[in-house]
Amino acid sequence: MKEVSYYPGCSLHGTAREYDESIRGVSSLLGIQLHELEDWTCCGASSAHCTDEELAFELAARNLAIAEKSDRDLLVPCVACYSRFKTAEKEIKEHSRKSHFSYQGKVHVEYALDFFCNEPILEEVKKKRNKPLSGLKVACYYGCLTVRPPKMTGIKEYENPQHMDQLMELLGAEPIPWSYKTDCCGASLVMTRTDIVRKLSQKVLSMAKEAEADCLVTGCTMCQANLDTRQGELEKETGEKYDLPILYFTELMGLALGHKDAKKWFGRHIVNPVKVLSAKGLM
Amino acid sequence: MNELENSFLSEIHQASGETIQDCYQCQKCSAGCPVAYAMDILPNQILRHIQYNHREKVLSSKTIWICASCYACSVRCPNNIDIAKIMDTLRNIAIRSGVKPGEKEIPVFHSVFLDTIKSKGRIHELSLILQFKTKTRDFLKDAGLGWKMYKRGKIKLLPSKFGGGKEIKEIFNTFEESQKKS
Repeated sequence: MKEVSYYPGCSLHGTAREYDESIRGVSSLLGIQLHELEDWTCCGASSAHCTDEELAFELAARNLAIAEKSDRDLLVPCVACYSRFKTAEKEIKEHSRKSHFSYQGKVHVEYALDFFCNEPILEEVKKKRNKPLSGLKVACYYGCLTVRPPKMTGIKEYENPQHMDQLMELLGAEPIPWSYKTDCCGASLVMTRTDIVRKLSQKVLSMAKEAEADCLVTGCTMCQANLDTRQGELEKETGEKYDLPILYFTELMGLALGHKDAKKWFGRHIVNPVKVLSAKGLM
Repeated sequence: MNELENSFLSEIHQASGETIQDCYQCQKCSAGCPVAYAMDILPNQILRHIQYNHREKVLSSKTIWICASCYACSVRCPNNIDIAKIMDTLRNIAIRSGVKPGEKEIPVFHSVFLDTIKSKGRIHELSLILQFKTKTRDFLKDAGLGWKMYKRGKIKLLPSKFGGGKEIKEIFNTFEESQKKS
């Protein structure tokens, strides 16, 4: 059994609950044991780095120091947290920065999508897939921080990434080619400049619709929340009907692996995915 | 101290490690910026203003707050200038200098967000939203959406317990001390 440390991050305990539940569900089916970091605290997210660089560094370093107490890799599902951790890691490794905590830059931090796209895990998925997602057209929406900046993420094809598409193909779904894979949804501006988030999300949704996607797939909690929650008001504003479920990639992994709780995860969405999944005979 | 050492350009270079002099105004950053339409000064213009030592103009712009840190500019710059990182540096300096921010609610949001971490260790979304609404006095916005999310089990009513309080307090003490000094 593979064992990893797990830093869920704040939103997975709230608005991104189905992401946390599906990661735990899929991991258990694949024989991966998750050890949630003890006494983890917020990574500082966008507000710390916008306010004070030192504060952002230490908030990240505190968690990394806890993770470093074991020699396990650290699995991070939220890209905002991931980006902050990689930034702190770079500071330690490349600029010999010292932290107030004992963090040395030794822990291997891995983003959930990259983790599940590792070859041995994909092999396991291939073996255990018992409900292929045949006929489901998915638009893989990577957003910003899953791929950018590549000096942090290590993703080579950051303008046209393929790894989520390949994972979806392995699950039996049909990833569609489209041009908004890595465009921004407006992220944390949702609370303050909702108008910007609406405009940016509308472009992403329209393009996915035009490319004839049945749903969007993401690994970012901010993208999921923005695209899922703003569809109603956008439909009123533009007269365009989207009705596009925004799923976490782990939810579709769970469905293809036949996880018993998949329906419960889908029930947490504002745009309910059950309708389209049932129409495709997948539920 | 010569003139260059005393300039805004040098201040930004020292804080960010980025070489702004390399910018030759190709405007690729602004062309690919998803939020450029909402800015008052385009990203390439920000770099030019820094070169011209226009400190006040840059620090009081809407642009530095509107930037969503998507890093599209940074990865496309032919001179490898990490523009998104410079935006962080500018926001950091703007807060310390006490310049009136070009965007009203965004810096308030960040400050409420950090207060939540300071008191609870983690972001408890409901506390964050309520505190932010108390500051902006806009209680009705997204209220219907909040209810829909609550019904789907996405709104946690109480914050989780955490054990790192002492360490978080230390981090914030250091931060608050450094803000006072500047």
